[in-house]
Amino acid sequence: MAQAVISTPITAEVLRGNPARLRRERRMRALFFSAALLSVLISIAIVLSLLGGTIDFLRKVDLSTLWSDGWLPRNNLFDIKTIVAGTLIVALIAMVVAAPLGLGAALYLSEYATPRARRYLKPIIETLASIPSVVLGYFAIRVISPELVQRLFGSQVPLFNMLAAGIAVGLLVTPLVASVAEDAMHAVPHALREASFGLGARRRSTSIRVVFPAAVSGITAALILGVSRAIGETMIVAIVAGGTGGSLFTLNPLKGGQTMTAAIAALATGSDQVRGTDAAYPSLFFVGLLLFALTLGLNLLSERFVRRVRRRF
Amino acid sequence: MAITGITDATRAEVARSLTGKRRDIAETLFSLVLLLTLIIALAVLIVLLFNVARTAVPLLAHQGGRVLGNDYSSLPQNAGIRSGLIGSIYLMIFVILLAVPLGIGAAIYMEEYARDTRLARFINTNIRNLAGVPAIVYGILGFAVFAQLLGSVTGPKVAGLSLLTGGLTISLMVLPIVIITTQEALRSVPTSIREGGFGVGATRWEVIRSHVLPNAAPGILTGSVLAMARALGETAPLIMVGAVTGFLSTHGGPLASLRQKFTALPTLIFTYTKKPLPELQDLAAAAILVLILMIFFVNLTAILLRNRYERKW
Repeated sequence: MAQAVISTPITAEVLRGNPARLRRERRMRALFFSAALLSVLISIAIVLSLLGGTIDFLRKVDLSTLWSDGWLPRNNLFDIKTIVAGTLIVALIAMVVAAPLGLGAALYLSEYATPRARRYLKPIIETLASIPSVVLGYFAIRVISPELVQRLFGSQVPLFNMLAAGIAVGLLVTPLVASVAEDAMHAVPHALREASFGLGARRRSTSIRVVFPAAVSGITAALILGVSRAIGETMIVAIVAGGTGGSLFTLNPLKGGQTMTAAIAALATGSDQVRGTDAAYPSLFFVGLLLFALTLGLNLLSERFVRRVRRRF
Repeated sequence: MAITGITDATRAEVARSLTGKRRDIAETLFSLVLLLTLIIALAVLIVLLFNVARTAVPLLAHQGGRVLGNDYSSLPQNAGIRSGLIGSIYLMIFVILLAVPLGIGAAIYMEEYARDTRLARFINTNIRNLAGVPAIVYGILGFAVFAQLLGSVTGPKVAGLSLLTGGLTISLMVLPIVIITTQEALRSVPTSIREGGFGVGATRWEVIRSHVLPNAAPGILTGSVLAMARALGETAPLIMVGAVTGFLSTHGGPLASLRQKFTALPTLIFTYTKKPLPELQDLAAAAILVLILMIFFVNLTAILLRNRYERKW
């Protein structure tokens, strides 16, 4: 056995390594750490700017106008229920469209499509998800509203209505729901399916009774994520929901209405803007905070469901 | 041993159900319904593209020079989309120079340096939540923080609503996407690759630079490209920071433009869509075609990169 020949004596200095390299190491680490910390700063900046504006708003506004007949900032009416109802109606219609389409497409891709077809179809679905919302807004006002909604419900329905906005938002979130739900179904172990086939079950029973329940956490997460995205969607509702200049309280989806996001956009682009004179301008931050809290709650909920899937398999 | 006590009728029925080729109507119907949902989801893309192309292609073919060469105008014969095109390219440069390096840095810290401490878990949750914050809330951030801080740089006429503000806002918005996709790419590099580097005495940064990053590069690149596609199509934050007017000054080169008002393709689509004149709405279609082609091109690059360099360990 040859002994290792050590020419230089081992001192603590040698073991510690080259100080220049170690300094460089510390510098890089600090650099990366500050980049990671930036994300926390962004969150703090978002919350602080929303809170600051909200406090300003609540100080200026007559609190009785927060529960009145409509969201009409120019007339100093800031009815919360109008924009919350508008948001929920659009989100509900969107999910009526997106849930069956998204989950159906996901189930087909995961359980019925051949691996080859899946390899081509999955990127197409992901491409569909990259269509900008402003494009679907244009589509909603040029096609969905006149060719679908007005044709079905008669021409007395205004061109700007919440139903057309809801359908367009639904089409926008369908690829997202499909993609997340498909990931969850695809993650169900093959052994479960094979056990089901072994008992003589058909593909349909296997899909509905085995794969669907096993992936239910991920599917729920996909749906919650879809709702969250539908609530946060701005451009489609700003174009076609009919809230420019404010809206009276309504629950009728065939009428124009105002959503939280469209209210913010309208305040910022000037159609409802009365800078500095009253509470209209800071109301933007108040609605923003409401929207931020709502979507944050939904996203945290969805995250919890996703984590449950990970723990199981 | 023969089974006794079975009548011939039972035997015949069992034989029929085991060997028969009866069509299962419910099963066929179920798979058809699922296929239909997938087709509807994809058909939307086709109808949308067809509808846009029907308006945009003749316009670009006959008056392409005017449409692509002129800036925003409310007069149909002068109106074009050039300012939006240039604005979108400027915003891309912001994303490449700002969001991509910061995002990669943050991801490297989270995956390579951070131990499983409470702070690290908090930063991780925070990044995931930032990814779910509605785009318009980033617009409020840009408008409340960047526009106020940069007001002195741009002068009172622009009031901080400049290209610089827009670029910073859109970069922050896509930052979580870059971080999350880079984290996934880094996580897919096996630990043994790192151990090879540590084994010969490299510091952590040296291991990252020479072993981890080259192996994770395709995934990081894909994520960055997808973030760019997202930034190209996003409208809501830009209309919050004043991009809606449609003006973009290119006098004095890109650096002078930083302090001036700006616009981008999606905001121009929004502006033209809301115009009552049909000729101006047709311009929205032309802008949509250009934007969608750009986004598809960027997405295709990402998919090709993924397929070309994807490695299974």
